[in-house]
Amino acid sequence: MHVLRGHGQITEINVAETTKEIRRALLDADVNFKIAKEFTNTVKEKAIGQNVLTTLQPGQLLTKIVKDELTQLMGGEAEGVDLQGSPAVILMSGLQGSGKTTFSGKLANFLKSKKTKNPLLVACDVYRPAAIDQLHVVGDQIGVPVFSDKEVKDPVQLAKAGVAHAKQNGHNVVIIDTAGRLAVDEQMMTEISNIRDAVSPGEILFVVDAMTGQDAVNTAKAFNDVLDFDGVVLTKLDGDTRGGAAISIKSVVDKPIKFIGTGEKMEAIDVFHPSRMADRILGM
Amino acid sequence: VGKSKVDDEVLDNLEEVLVTSDVGVETTLKIIGRIEERVARDKYVGTDELDRILREEIAGLLEETHSGEAAEVSLPEVEGPYVVMVVGVNGVGKTTTIGKLAHQFNQQGKKVILGAADTFRAAAIEQLEIWAERVGVPIVKQRMGSDPASVAFDTLSSAVGQQADIVLIDTAGRLHNKVNLMNELTKVRRVMQKVIPGAPHEVLLVLDGSTGQNAFEQARQFTRATEVNSLAVTKLDGTAKGGVVIGISDQFGIPVKYIGVGEGVEDLQVFNKYEFVDSFFKRQS
Ligand SMILES: Nc1nc2c(ncn2[C@@H]2O[C@H](COP(=O)(O)OP(=O)(O)OP(=O)(O)O)[C@@H](O)[C@H]2O)c(=O)[nH]1
Ligand SMILES: Nc1nc2c(ncn2[C@@H]2O[C@H](COP(=O)(O)OP(=O)(O)OP(=O)(O)O)[C@@H](O)[C@H]2O)c(=O)[nH]1
Ligand SMILES: [K+]
Ligand SMILES: [Mg+2]
Ligand SMILES: [Mg+2]
Repeated sequence: MHVLRGHGQITEINVAETTKEIRRALLDADVNFKIAKEFTNTVKEKAIGQNVLTTLQPGQLLTKIVKDELTQLMGGEAEGVDLQGSPAVILMSGLQGSGKTTFSGKLANFLKSKKTKNPLLVACDVYRPAAIDQLHVVGDQIGVPVFSDKEVKDPVQLAKAGVAHAKQNGHNVVIIDTAGRLAVDEQMMTEISNIRDAVSPGEILFVVDAMTGQDAVNTAKAFNDVLDFDGVVLTKLDGDTRGGAAISIKSVVDKPIKFIGTGEKMEAIDVFHPSRMADRILGM
Repeated sequence: VGKSKVDDEVLDNLEEVLVTSDVGVETTLKIIGRIEERVARDKYVGTDELDRILREEIAGLLEETHSGEAAEVSLPEVEGPYVVMVVGVNGVGKTTTIGKLAHQFNQQGKKVILGAADTFRAAAIEQLEIWAERVGVPIVKQRMGSDPASVAFDTLSSAVGQQADIVLIDTAGRLHNKVNLMNELTKVRRVMQKVIPGAPHEVLLVLDGSTGQNAFEQARQFTRATEVNSLAVTKLDGTAKGGVVIGISDQFGIPVKYIGVGEGVEDLQVFNKYEFVDSFFKRQS
């Protein structure tokens, strides 16, 4: 990002070019069109009339305001997952290919090794070819049992049976992997809301690909309208995407981004750092 | 809407539609710039004409496929089996697209063989096997963890032996910034030439229609590693528009061949640029 030259106060005139550049940078980073517009307006209002500190140039000050605003927007207190309940139930949701099955494994592995939990993975994707096999392979890799039943074609029934199985076998956490679905697919959205009603998860996670573009707002909103999810998981951040979807999603649903995925391996999970994400989006 | 003359407001509105369709700022400005030029030249351009001009301008950026605007999937003529290697980042829809393509070629009476060269991802081989069964075509595979180049070699050898018409090679999803994994892909490609000179005839890069501007970098890096010469855009049955392919096709000169519109075996269509552009304007939020 270019910065303003000169010194003194930030004025309407010297801020205009820079806010234009900021907006462009946000759009290039896949921040939603409307949100980028609102955001730059907020920044402009905050900046105008501010006196430039002796050590900062106006441009630097503006960049700092932008970064602080972004960080604040994506931040809030870092919250873990809700592990109350016996067993605690965690439900995965999201579009096709976002990384739900992989993240189910990562989270199980994390809870097992870092929180000494005894998780059970439950396979509720009855549609995607070899989805159940995939979860079994993942479970084997991390030494976490997987509940599945290839005879049963109803995901709601499978979810219930999975929770019952966990109770009988002393698992204190149940992670339910579900099929990918589009927000516009009413039947599939009803299905996942039925799963939720059947097993009352303490934690519903929305798993989203960090490379997602402008559509992130539509999808996040639609999933949140149906599920009122508790948190977001941002996957594939080991790539070089700027990841502006993080801002779009946070702005539109105001739910915390709880975890990030940083690779295909089971250890590639991390907590979300708003300030690092702000740097990344701004290309700093 | 409701206006007869193309003015700033109409152009602002157009900018919003294009950017929210993931066309990207640079390509959007390019398109709007061209329209401004025409408005300046032709003095008066009505909004009714704007549609036509817009379609023309965007179509001009999209590279033609060899077959032009063919209505159905078609197989180019080559000596021996026509080999397609399918590549892309994780989870975009490579394996599913192969299943759908296999179905279409199979229905046309072509002899199809699948190669399971994703030996890395959990149950990737099983997934392709299910597609092979579903479609009723043979598959060549090894175990999980084996060398993908070796699977590709076996598949092509088998295709020559069985006089197949078309070979579809699945590869593991990989992010384009991972140098080792990209080098592996170059190697898989190179090995194929040992069995069939000129293979792979087609390197199909699959892009997820919901991906934003990062798709540019994907196209750049996969092209560098494998000489991509066709594109497929998937998941266009949702609300995402996939507009980023316009700039990609323009900048890299690669045609968009297919679009994915669902998870079923029939849900693959030949790309139509005009329908594609029209879809941007269907739902404005
Ligand atoms: N590089 C990278 N790849 C990932 C990450 N998370 C998942 N993947 C890969 O993304 C692809 C899709 O992951 P899945 O876990 O199968 O996604 P899903 O949401 O379960 O997919 P569906 O069940 O088909 O909807 C696979 O190739 C994974 O290995 C990540 O954080 N980084
Ligand atoms: N709605 C919709 N889903 C699709 C489409 N194409 C693929 N999918 C789904 O997207 C998910 C990922 O598809 P795959 O074919 O496994 O993707 P891939 O690129 O092979 O994934 P990796 O091998 O893990 O990198 C699956 O759930 C597919 O059913 C499409 O056109 N529309
Ligand atoms: K995706
Ligand atoms: Mg899955
Ligand atoms: Mg695959």
